Amino acid sequence: MMGNHVVAEAAIRAGCRFYFGYPITPQNETPEYMAQALSKLKGGCFIQAESELAAINMVIGGSMAGARVMTSSSSPGISLKQEGISYLAALELPAVIVNMCRGGPGLGNIAPAQSDYFQATRGGGHGDYRNIVLAPSSCQEMAELAMEAFDLADIYRIPVIIFADGMLGQMMEPVEFPDRKNPKRLPPKDWTLTGAKGRPSRFIRSLILDPVLEEEHNWKLMRKYERIQKKEVRYETFLLEEAKMVVVAFGTAARIAKGAVKRVREQGLKVGLFRPITLWPFPGVVLAELGKRAKLFFVFEMNMGQMVEDVRIALGKDGDIYSYGRPGGIVPTPLEISRIISSQYFQKRL
Amino acid sequence: MKKVFSRPRSLKRVPFHYCPGCGHSIIHRLVAEVIDEMGLREITIGVPPAGCAVLAYFYFDFDMAESPHGRGTALATGLKRVLPDRVVFTYQGDGDIAAIGTAETIHTANRGENITALFINNVCYGMTGGQMAPTTILGQHTTTSPGGREGLRDGYPIRLSEMVALTEGSAYIERTAVNNPANIRKTKRAIAKGFKAQMDNLGFSLIEILSPCPTNWRMSPHEACQWIEEEIVHSYPLGVIKDKTERGKEC
Repeated sequence: MMGNHVVAEAAIRAGCRFYFGYPITPQNETPEYMAQALSKLKGGCFIQAESELAAINMVIGGSMAGARVMTSSSSPGISLKQEGISYLAALELPAVIVNMCRGGPGLGNIAPAQSDYFQATRGGGHGDYRNIVLAPSSCQEMAELAMEAFDLADIYRIPVIIFADGMLGQMMEPVEFPDRKNPKRLPPKDWTLTGAKGRPSRFIRSLILDPVLEEEHNWKLMRKYERIQKKEVRYETFLLEEAKMVVVAFGTAARIAKGAVKRVREQGLKVGLFRPITLWPFPGVVLAELGKRAKLFFVFEMNMGQMVEDVRIALGKDGDIYSYGRPGGIVPTPLEISRIISSQYFQKRL
Repeated sequence: MKKVFSRPRSLKRVPFHYCPGCGHSIIHRLVAEVIDEMGLREITIGVPPAGCAVLAYFYFDFDMAESPHGRGTALATGLKRVLPDRVVFTYQGDGDIAAIGTAETIHTANRGENITALFINNVCYGMTGGQMAPTTILGQHTTTSPGGREGLRDGYPIRLSEMVALTEGSAYIERTAVNNPANIRKTKRAIAKGFKAQMDNLGFSLIEILSPCPTNWRMSPHEACQWIEEEIVHSYPLGVIKDKTERGKEC
């Protein structure tokens, strides 16, 4: 099953019945899958909106009404959705947003890239806020994370971004969908707008004109973000035993790096891989621990070097970091990466 | 003694913040009266705009959903698709619905969403200080059309309701005003018709209401009401623009 289909099927299995989207390559198979699947499901609703702006605002409306909602797009379309994502964050509405990232800036191209890392992990739109950002590196993980994304969104009332790329979207792999977790542990949705029947009327708003109250709203969001940072950090480690050099990479880049690490390990180099799965919250604390043991951190990204800033923050000024970025939709091979790893390894006399 | 006039149930016990002579207070009351009379308070969800009426959720005593500027009908689409048996309406100014939200409005109408849009047209941007809107009439002086609006430089007054009427999905469209008692009564009937069309699942309904803005027009409330009658209605003629509800009777 291809990644773009996997994320759609996972959403449906997680109980998502409302999808609002707009075509953009390389993620068109997701809305196509949703259009077909949701038309066959009772209560299913697919709308191809007139723009990404409209789509994300339909997501806001659907979420306010209490439904599990999703939209998907790729880089230029995600830029257009940022207004709505800022509102989702401010209004504390759960939603799942998929970004099959492509080369940029501007129209860029349709090749796989990770150049929206800053946009995804820093909020992306206006105002102080964060999104949970999940970065799968295989179709199987895409299935698991996409299903979990809806739970995380509901638990924390927060937009969750599934941050993948054109490679993961177009790639076909066998997938086993996990069973849906018991939805009972989710908090009740006692804030939705459904009509004031038998209860006082409600409103959902983000306009808080009094700076004192707006500041309090921001601190409330901040406390939520701190809870998430404590509880929801996810990462994978690979061959880190006695590693002198740690490759840090996520998503497709991590998959390439894994091949490269295997290769250099076979050659006897003590190199391991650290793969953040949550890009926000970033697993900085774990990385800082690793910083006490490893001598060099090799950060490989399919962009000009964005996550490297989070690695720098985690390691502090003393950490030795080498940033290797390939922007523009370039996907290096494991062989290329292994060569750069070994040349760094020997240059630094590890 | 018999009580002949009181606050509608659908309005909270809160004084309006609107300027003296502003049409919003009248229109809020009309909406509340219609919702009360049709018994819709417990199944209604309103979507206010970014604009003077952004705080409408402080006044209406039913569920209300904030919308980003111009995106009201898209947001309302999401609400209505999840809750098809509720009554969903947007309350939008001319800058909101006819400038930044034009695409959302046209396409929501074209999909025939069972939503009612209340379009309060005061021919300027009220909240931000009276700048020119796409609806500003030719020759009208605003802070951003200081010499008067010129069509070939600033664009012509846009007739959004007529544009929306061209979409197959729109069911009921009427333009009214709240500048005198007779027009206020017509406006109330039009709002009720819009809600009725929605409840009958006929499609998108739009009620455009010409509304006085004495503050930004630099007029007294009385002059503002007269100006609607003497000037604005020439650019925006009152009356029913589209009515699918009558179709059954005509056949």
